[in-house]
Formats: sequence, C-alpha cells, structure tokens
Amino acid sequence: MSLKTIFKKKKKYAQIPTEKAKQEIPEGLVEKCKHCGKIYYEKEWRQQLKVCPNCGTHHIMSAYERIDATVDDDSFEEWFETLISTDPLEFPDYQEKLVSDREKTGLKDAVVAGRATINGYSAAIVVMDTRFRMASMGAVAGEKIARTLETARTELLPVIIFTASGGARMQEGMLSLMQMAKTSMAVKRFSNSGGCLINVFTHPTTGGVTASFASIGDYHFAEPKALIGFAGRRIIEQTIRETLPEDFQTAEFQLEHGQVDRVVHRHELKNLLTTVLDLHSAEVTES
Amino acid sequence: MRQVLSFEKPIHELKDKIAELKKMAAGSELELDAEISRMESRLKKLELDIYHSLTTWDRVQIARHPDRPTALDYIGELFTSFVELHGDRLYRDDPAIVSGIAKYKGVPVTIIAQQRGKNTKDNLFRNFASPHPEGYRKALRQMKLAEKFNRPIISLIDTKGAHPGKGAEERGQGEAIARNLLEMTDLTVPIIAIVIGEGGSGGALGIGLADSVQMLENATYSVISPEGAASILWKDAALAEKAATSLKITAKDLKALKIIDEIIPEVKGGAHRDLSMQAAYLDAYLESTFNRLRKIDKQTLIDNRWNKYNNLGGFTE
Ligand SMILES: [Zn+2]
Repeated sequence: MSLKTIFKKKKKYAQIPTEKAKQEIPEGLVEKCKHCGKIYYEKEWRQQLKVCPNCGTHHIMSAYERIDATVDDDSFEEWFETLISTDPLEFPDYQEKLVSDREKTGLKDAVVAGRATINGYSAAIVVMDTRFRMASMGAVAGEKIARTLETARTELLPVIIFTASGGARMQEGMLSLMQMAKTSMAVKRFSNSGGCLINVFTHPTTGGVTASFASIGDYHFAEPKALIGFAGRRIIEQTIRETLPEDFQTAEFQLEHGQVDRVVHRHELKNLLTTVLDLHSAEVTES
Repeated sequence: MRQVLSFEKPIHELKDKIAELKKMAAGSELELDAEISRMESRLKKLELDIYHSLTTWDRVQIARHPDRPTALDYIGELFTSFVELHGDRLYRDDPAIVSGIAKYKGVPVTIIAQQRGKNTKDNLFRNFASPHPEGYRKALRQMKLAEKFNRPIISLIDTKGAHPGKGAEERGQGEAIARNLLEMTDLTVPIIAIVIGEGGSGGALGIGLADSVQMLENATYSVISPEGAASILWKDAALAEKAATSLKITAKDLKALKIIDEIIPEVKGGAHRDLSMQAAYLDAYLESTFNRLRKIDKQTLIDNRWNKYNNLGGFTE
C-alpha cells in the first residue's frame, strides 16, 4: 500500500461546507484553516502540505503525511513497526485508550521510524504523531528512537527526527521517564560514532521529549509558530502568577533564546534537509 | 509541634492514653501497672501493623514530611572535608542544587544534591529544591570535574521537579536536563544516585542517571505528581491517592520494575524520627555499592550503564 493511500483514508480536517460554499464547490472534500477559517480544496491543501496560503499556519501532519512530504516516492522502508506497549503498570483504562487510538490512527503507537532517501540521500527518519496519545513518550516510542539511532550508527546513516510530544506517557509511569535516559544515551553513542542528528521541532514539542533527545541534536530546525518548551504554559502561569506573552515558547522564541538553529517554512524543509545531508555526504578532499 | 500523619493517628491516640494513665498512676494510689503494660504491648502491635503495611499514600506523606532529613543533613553525617562549590560559570548559582567535593570513607568524591529548605524562608531561597537550568549546568560542571579527577559521583535526589518558570524556559530547562543525560551516559566514573525524599520526574532524572539508583524505603519517584496525574486523567486532584498507587512510585514498586537497584530501609515511622540512625542505614548501602563500583574498569562501567537503561522494557513485538 502506498503512503498516499494510507493517509488519504483519513480526512481529519474535513469540514461541512457552508451553504454558500456548497454552491461553489461542486464535489469533493474541502479543508478549513484552523486559524483564519479559509476553505481550500482537498487537492490544494495537500499541495500546500497543510500550510494555509492565506495566513501561513502550519497544520499538524500525521506521521505518514510527513514522511510522504519529506522523502522520495516509494523510498520509505518502515522499521520496528510491530512494537506495541505491554501496559506494564496495568494502568486503569490504558489498554482501552491504546486500542481506541490504534483504531483512530491506524498506528500501533506514536512513533513511526524507518529508512528513506531524500532527493537521493539516504537517512533514517523518525516521526512522532500527535494523534496517538498526544505523541507522549512511552516504552515503544523510546525503544523505536533508540533502535533507530543504533541502526543508523551501524549503517552510517544520518538521522532526522520530527519531534512532537505532549510529554511523558503517564500511564507507563517511571518506565516512561526512563525513555528520556534511554534515548539520550542512544544519541550519545550515535554522536560518539560521528553520526549526524537533525531534529525538526514540530508543533507541539514539550516535556520529556524536549528534556531528552530533541534538545541534543546536531542541528535543530523548527516549523514556524511550533510550540517548543519543557513545562506547560498553564503550570508556569500558575507557578509564577503572571500571564505569559503570546509568543512564549514558540519556535521564534526558541530561535531568539538560542535553542534552535533556524525556523523553516514547511515548503523549504525538504530542500534544507537535502542541503544539510549533502554537506554531510560530500567526500572530503584536500585542496 | 509534631506533625501527625493521618495514618499515624491511632498510634498517637494510644500513646496519649498511655501517658494519661501514667500521670494518673503517679498522682494516686491506683494500681494501673497491669493496664499500662497491656496498653503498651497493644501499642507495639499497632505500630508493627501500621508501619509494616504502609500504603503508597502513607509513604507519600512520609516523603513529604516537613522534618524529613534533607541532603545537607545526610552530607553532614556521611562525608568529611565537604567543600561546597557554587555556580554554573554561565549565568548564576542555583541554591536548589548543592554541589561540592568531600571525602567518603577517606576517598575523594563529588556530591550533587537537591536541597529543600528547612523552613519557609530557607525554602524560598532554595526554591523548594526545584532547580533552574543553572542548577543542572552547575551539576554538569561538577560531573566533568569528577571525571577529570577520577572521583565517584554521589547524587542525592529530593525535588518535586524542575522549576516551571519563565526564566527557566528562556534559558533552556529542557536542554539543561537533556545535556546532563547525554553527558552522564559515558562519564568514566561511578555514579550513585539516592532518592532521599521525592523524586520528581525529569527534574530528578537530570541528576539521576546512574550506575546504581537507590531509594529510601519511604521515598517516592514518579513521572508526574499524583495530584497532577489525577487532575489530568480524572479531572480531580482529590483522586491523587488512587493515582499514586496506579503510577507505582514506591521503592518496592520501582525495584520490581528494575528502575532502581536498592531499597534502603528507613527507621520505624520514617527517616525524620532519627537522622543519625537513618544516615547509618544509608551509609551501609552506599558503602557496599561504592566499593563494588570502584573496582569496575571504566569501559565495563559504561557498558553496564548502557545495558541497564537500554534493557528497560514495557513493550513487545
Ligand atoms: Zn489560515
């Protein structure tokens, strides 16, 4: 099954057109910008990679939409796709939530990993999908990220991680917290072997993911307006008893405060990744 | 004034009755010795029953007891020649983390510790042991020095979590914790982490990636506070007790999950009852681990550390 058919099945942003719009739009689904409300044909929406041409809002992509937008056609080979959580704490209602998210998303957990080429350059790719338990990091996510880094280390592949996460997978308790250690340790081993880690922060990247592998890449790119931070806005406001500015913890804020290298428009991302991969693959010749 | 924990109420009530009887006996000709001794043996049994079947929530209360010994209390009991060292060399000194060099059994070590306050004023100064990025960066600086001078690292964990604040975010709280995890991966010296009170999520782990992780019997270590979990999961902070149990945050739970390596027993009723005896219990565990880890060569130490964390499960294929 091609990636396009996989994500075509899901029409998350499908909206019922208004009466007026219905008259104008003869057939097919339309998508509506969550920020400015402008309505687009499904085809244009996809061509725009879910970025609103009117207001520039970057809408959340599913893992396979992201892969499809990033890698060369039919080049993605998925890794470790059978991993699932064992609900090690037997946490109340957790199994039911996993089952329901699996049905909703077609994913087994919040992380999709594999190998692909990007304009011909090979790389390992990890994408976190917020539709599944807010892409919280449990044992499956941690294991997939650590294994990807280990595989890439032995196969000398650069790694690109599209980060997104609501934080820890609470229902896995301390095993969830330990994924911060596990993934960071894998980054260190990968890095010690000369591996190149490119992290692309997407909306929203918070909590334990920000406090582990996401913040220790070699290159940090971020999508415009993506929320990036450790603690949540609400808990900070409660703690310091003041209202935080609108742009607090945005990609632009993190650029200003030195945590990301560049804020990159989604339409420019593939070219940028290609350039960086090329800079890392060039033969070193003495002149 | 002594703080009575809710599960200890029956013990205190009985103790008060015994005291009253004794007072009565002293001031009269009444023959109460038999009655007093009967009640005293009942007290013994009651204490045994209560302290041997503490629930998770009972332990949360002990871990949060205002008189619970702090890191500096243990440092005073266990180490000699302690020299506190301040500052991250980047921005400021963070009093939520105490760090320095000292001797343990005559051997130079590096100490990194989260420090609660002893009273309100002290707690404000220590920010209730919730570190800012500077605290983690100070800790990292000490770890690098420890590696340079081949000193084992002893880390004492006692925090509700890393500080959620404006400046903390502006200065990269996430990055500071992540960087410590990255660097602790292959530090060439033994790292021993001991949770002495509350181990609050990433804020605890930021100084807690270790070759041996130990917990005091009534300490807790959790990915989120029970109150936080209850309000997110069930929209009701009052269900914290249920959340605490479900999250499996006690030393016993975490030993079973292989997240910690040792459980250090506490004195009856909790560490706050007798600091020097508690320090002696801690000392026994620390010493044997310390001696064992110091004998391991550097590469094996790092390999074992990797395997330990990499093998933590919770998934199937
Ligand atoms: Zn728009």
